[in-house]
Amino acid sequence: MTAVLESPPVSGAPVDRRVVRRRLGPGRRVPFAIVTGPLVLVALWCVGSATGLLDPRTLSEPWTVVATAGELVADGRLQENLVVSATRAAVGLGLGVAIGLLLAIVSGLSRPGEYLIDGPVQIKRSIPNLALIPLLILWLGIGEEMKIITIALGVVVPIYIHTHNGLRGIDSRYAELAETTGLGRGEFVRSVVLPGALPGFLLGMRFAVTSALLALVVVEQVNSTSGIGYMITLASSYGQTDVIIVGLVVYAVLGLVADGAVRFTERRALAWRRTLES
Amino acid sequence: MATHTRELSSTEAATGRTAVRVRGLNRSFSEAGGVLDGLDLDIAAGEFVALIGRSGSGKSTLLRALAGLDRDVAGHGEITVPSQVSVVFQDSRLLPWRRVLDNVLLGLRSRGAAVRGREALAEVGLAGRERAWPHELSGGEQQRAALARSLVREPQLLLADEPFGALDALTRIRMHVLLKRLCAEHRPAVLLVTHDVDEAIVLADRVIVLDAGAVSSDIRVDAWVRPGGRRSQADPQFAALRTRLLAELGVEDDHDPALADRRKEPA
Repeated sequence: MTAVLESPPVSGAPVDRRVVRRRLGPGRRVPFAIVTGPLVLVALWCVGSATGLLDPRTLSEPWTVVATAGELVADGRLQENLVVSATRAAVGLGLGVAIGLLLAIVSGLSRPGEYLIDGPVQIKRSIPNLALIPLLILWLGIGEEMKIITIALGVVVPIYIHTHNGLRGIDSRYAELAETTGLGRGEFVRSVVLPGALPGFLLGMRFAVTSALLALVVVEQVNSTSGIGYMITLASSYGQTDVIIVGLVVYAVLGLVADGAVRFTERRALAWRRTLES
Repeated sequence: MATHTRELSSTEAATGRTAVRVRGLNRSFSEAGGVLDGLDLDIAAGEFVALIGRSGSGKSTLLRALAGLDRDVAGHGEITVPSQVSVVFQDSRLLPWRRVLDNVLLGLRSRGAAVRGREALAEVGLAGRERAWPHELSGGEQQRAALARSLVREPQLLLADEPFGALDALTRIRMHVLLKRLCAEHRPAVLLVTHDVDEAIVLADRVIVLDAGAVSSDIRVDAWVRPGGRRSQADPQFAALRTRLLAELGVEDDHDPALADRRKEPA
C-alpha cells in the first residue's frame, strides 16, 4: 500500500510531501526499554505474593527477600561469606590463568612444547571439569585446596585454548620483521607474541570467568562451612527461600561484575584495533 | 648450505669499498629448477642499486637471501653483508599494537634511542604523529614510518622489497623524493627491488636486470642520463634507457612519451 500525503501548503511552513510505507523491520530502539522484561517478572512476583497465589514456602515475598538481605548485611553474614567466595574464585582464577597462559606460550612457540602439552590439554578439555571433583576430593580432601584446584582446572582450558589460538594466528610476517630488526626471543615474546595474542587471551578470560563461577557454585556445596554456596545450602535445609534468592542474586552480581571488568579491560587494552566493535 | 657471513665491515664500508659481495649464489624451491643460478653481485658502500626483472626471475629470493630470511630454502653460495642491515617490506609491517614511535624504536634499547626515533620520524615528515596508532596513518605515512624504523638503525645496507608498490602514483613520487634525500644524507648501500622501470632510473646509481636467476645486465644510470642533474622523464636519454630496460624485460615500449609525461610528473 502506498499512502500519499497531500496536505495543502500552510503559509510560512515549508512544504513536506512524502510517501510513507508501512514499516516491516523492528523499528527504532527506545532507550532503557530493555529492562521491561525483568520489571514485568518482578511485578508478577509481587502480585503473586500479595494475592497469595505464590506460597511463601515455594518463593518468599519480594519484600521479605529485601528485608532478609538487609538483615544478612546488618549482621555481617553476607559480607563474610561474600569475601570467602570471592577470594576462592579469585585465587582459583589467578592460578588457572597463570598456568593456562604459560602452557599456551610454551606450546605455541616451540614444537616440542606443542607435542608435550597440546595433547593432554585437549584430553582434559573433553572431560567435564566437575566430573573430576570425586577424584580431587580423594586426593586433596574437602578443604580449600580441592576447591581452588577445581576452579583453576576449569580456568586453564579456556585460557589455554584461546591464547594458543590467538598466538598461532599472529601474522608470520611480524616474526620476519622481528628477525630483521634483530629482536631476541624474550623481546620477541614481549613485543610481538603477547600483544598479538591479547585479543585471544581476553576472549578466553571471559569464558574463564564464567567457568570459575560455575565451579565455585559447585565446590561450595560440597561440605563447605563458609561462602555464599554454604549459605544457600544451609538455607535450603531450613526451607529459607528468601536467603536462597539473596545468594543467587549475589552470584549474578559477581558474574556481571567479573564479565564487565573483562570487557572494560578489553576496550582499554585493544584500543589499537580497528574493528566492527570500535 | 649457503654460508652467510656477517662481518664487521663498518670501516670498510666507510672507506667506500664493497658493502655486499655475492658469489655463485644458488637457491631453489624445488628439485627441478633453480630460482637463483650462480649469481654474482657486488654493491659498493653508499651505492644505490635497483634490481628489476620479470616475475619469478628471483628478485625477492635474492633480497631475502641478503636479509638472511631464506633459511628454509635449498642452495649454496657465498654472501657477505655488513653487520647493520635494515629491511623495508612492501607492506609497512608496523605492529598494530604499538604506537608509531614505539614501532620505530622496536628492539632498540640504547639510551637516546627515543631521541633518535623522534628525529627519524621528523626526517620522514611524521613529527607530531609519534603517539598515533598505525591504523590511523595513511598508506604513504605508514611506509614513511617503516622508512624511519629502518633508518634509525643507521644501516650500512638498506634492502627494500618493492616498498612503494602498494602506494598510489602521487604518493609514490613523493616517496621517491624522500628516499633520495634520506639516502643522500645517511649514505647506506641500497638494494631496491622494483617492478617500476621509471622508479629504478629515477632513484638508482646502477640498474641490474635479473633474468633466469642471474644478472643479465648491469647498467650505470649516469652513463645514460645526464649526470648530476635531476632525472626527468622528459629527457630523451631517460626515455632511451627506459626503452632499453623495458626491452630487456620483454616489453615493447609503445607509450606515447607525451602521454607518459602527463601521467607522471618528474620527481
